[in-house]
Amino acid sequence: MGIITGDAPTRPQPAPAAESPWRRFASEFAESRLALLGLAMLVVIVGLALAAPLVSPQNPYDLAQLDIMDSKLPPGEHSAATGKSYLLGTDDQGRDMLSGIFYGIRISLFVGVTSTVIALSLGLALGLAAAYFGGRIDALIMRIADIQLSFPAILIALVLLAVLGQGVDKIIVALVTVQWAYYARTVRSSALVERQKEYMEAAQVLALSRPRIVFRHLLPNCLPPLIVVATVQVAHAIQLEAALSFLGLGLPITEPSIGLLISNGFQYLLSGKYWISFYPGLALLLTIVAINLVADQLRDVLNPRLKK
Amino acid sequence: MLAFAIRRFGQSLFVLVVMSFLVFLGVYAIGNPIELLVNPQADEAERVRATAALGLDKPMLEQYATFLVRGVQGDLGRSFVFNVPAIQLILAKLPATLELALAAMVIAIALGIPLGLIAGLRPDSFVGRTIMAGSILGFSLPTFWVGLVLIMLFSVHLGWLPPNGRGQTVMLLGIPVSFLTWDGLQHLAMPALNLALFKLSLLIRLTRASTREAVLQDYVKFARAKGLGPGRVIGVHVLKNILIPIVTVIGLELGSVIAFAIITESIFAWPGTGKLLIDSINQLDRPVIVAYLLVIVAIFITINFVVDVLYSVLDPRVRLGATAGAH
Repeated sequence: MGIITGDAPTRPQPAPAAESPWRRFASEFAESRLALLGLAMLVVIVGLALAAPLVSPQNPYDLAQLDIMDSKLPPGEHSAATGKSYLLGTDDQGRDMLSGIFYGIRISLFVGVTSTVIALSLGLALGLAAAYFGGRIDALIMRIADIQLSFPAILIALVLLAVLGQGVDKIIVALVTVQWAYYARTVRSSALVERQKEYMEAAQVLALSRPRIVFRHLLPNCLPPLIVVATVQVAHAIQLEAALSFLGLGLPITEPSIGLLISNGFQYLLSGKYWISFYPGLALLLTIVAINLVADQLRDVLNPRLKK
Repeated sequence: MLAFAIRRFGQSLFVLVVMSFLVFLGVYAIGNPIELLVNPQADEAERVRATAALGLDKPMLEQYATFLVRGVQGDLGRSFVFNVPAIQLILAKLPATLELALAAMVIAIALGIPLGLIAGLRPDSFVGRTIMAGSILGFSLPTFWVGLVLIMLFSVHLGWLPPNGRGQTVMLLGIPVSFLTWDGLQHLAMPALNLALFKLSLLIRLTRASTREAVLQDYVKFARAKGLGPGRVIGVHVLKNILIPIVTVIGLELGSVIAFAIITESIFAWPGTGKLLIDSINQLDRPVIVAYLLVIVAIFITINFVVDVLYSVLDPRVRLGATAGAH
């Protein structure tokens, strides 16, 4: 199961592969220029995040590289000691904001994608189980999902983090807990529809084994709506993590994510030192806009009801 | 109808009990508050006495039973930090949160439905596209960052609006409100706008989608064929039919606005329940956390219950019972 869900294309690339479904998918996706722009932005952002140690002017986590004399310098200002210029200024500890943003995006994306993949796998397993077994198992799983979805994600995550404490692993646990129900519900409803279709009957008539029917026939056909939900959820997870970190309940200060950088700059906002908060927020905004643009177009391309 | 309402009420009560247990269980696991409350130089006997005085030495199930019995009587424990009943703290801050949430909802509705209608009636026009692009942006903007930008622009740069607090309040039916004074209104404007932004985007999208579907329906064509003016067709025939899903979503979103107010309140130092919750979490003030969550859960369950019942009243197509519990 993990293998199948693990490579769910949360950032699908228009693959130059020869298979026609992929090519058709790519050309349909490319119909919207806005979506292509979003994809391009996303590729750049992910690239910068992955290459953060190579492209950053300094390592923002290495205290030896920080000079307290350089703290709270406005954008473009030069370092007093080394003469290096800080493109986006520095924060209260003399940390280069640009480097902080690259590293912060890296953590935010890691947390968002990891929690989405785990929640997707969990939701997929539970949703398929609910649809396939029906009866009490179905009722139990879906009632839990119903109750959970009737409360806002932020409230549940807040309570969990208050209980669990801080840390990357803990915030992932919290994000998985608030997200699994969306996937379980989506998978269950599409599996129930797919189960009625003729190819499923054909598979049963062919006397294929149950696992083969579920994993080779049912599962692939339930994936398109799930991919759409997953793309939107990555953006949600990143936003939620940022909000929780901003409230001081997400990640520890030693590994500042984007939300924590913004929160850190908040206290200097009223004295006019806007850049400590403003630029990390802008980076977060661009990341989320890029993901949402791609998600919007994916929804249209993968929605059979909008097919001409 | 009555049977549906009663069964739905039973479900709500069950959820409340389950949630209260989960909340109690969860909050119980946060550190040991004694470490924070007792003077670090206190000896062992002093610690034991304080633990016993707060009832923290008893087995957890017993603590929960005591908590439940007292909770039903309206006593949700005393705040460790302020030494006043937790429920009293929450209720004192609740009007501020509710005012903020309602103000945000009013802004979202007053702007969202007209903009959504325009975008739905002219989906391919420049205005329609601009509205939709704006709503994507509204979805993507991190709430807390928008709050910072608002403060940066209106408080630091222009100096028009105060960056924090609630301003001057007046009593309305025994409840302090700020929207009736000019000072209070100035304080309310930014937080309410900040909180409204996400819901505004949601309402624009929802109204637009419903409108696009509705204008293609036969009854709209018929109304046009009868020679009714566009104002009447849209204002009566379209609006009436798209309002049912919108009202449902507004009802359900009201609860989530109260929850999201936690962030907005933290940014603008709005003295509501959300800020109290964050402060209590940081101070491990366990009874206040539990009391906040139970009050919020109760508000949520009530809203869900009312919306479900209202929905079945508003729309006869909703088959009673068949969809109970599901939204």
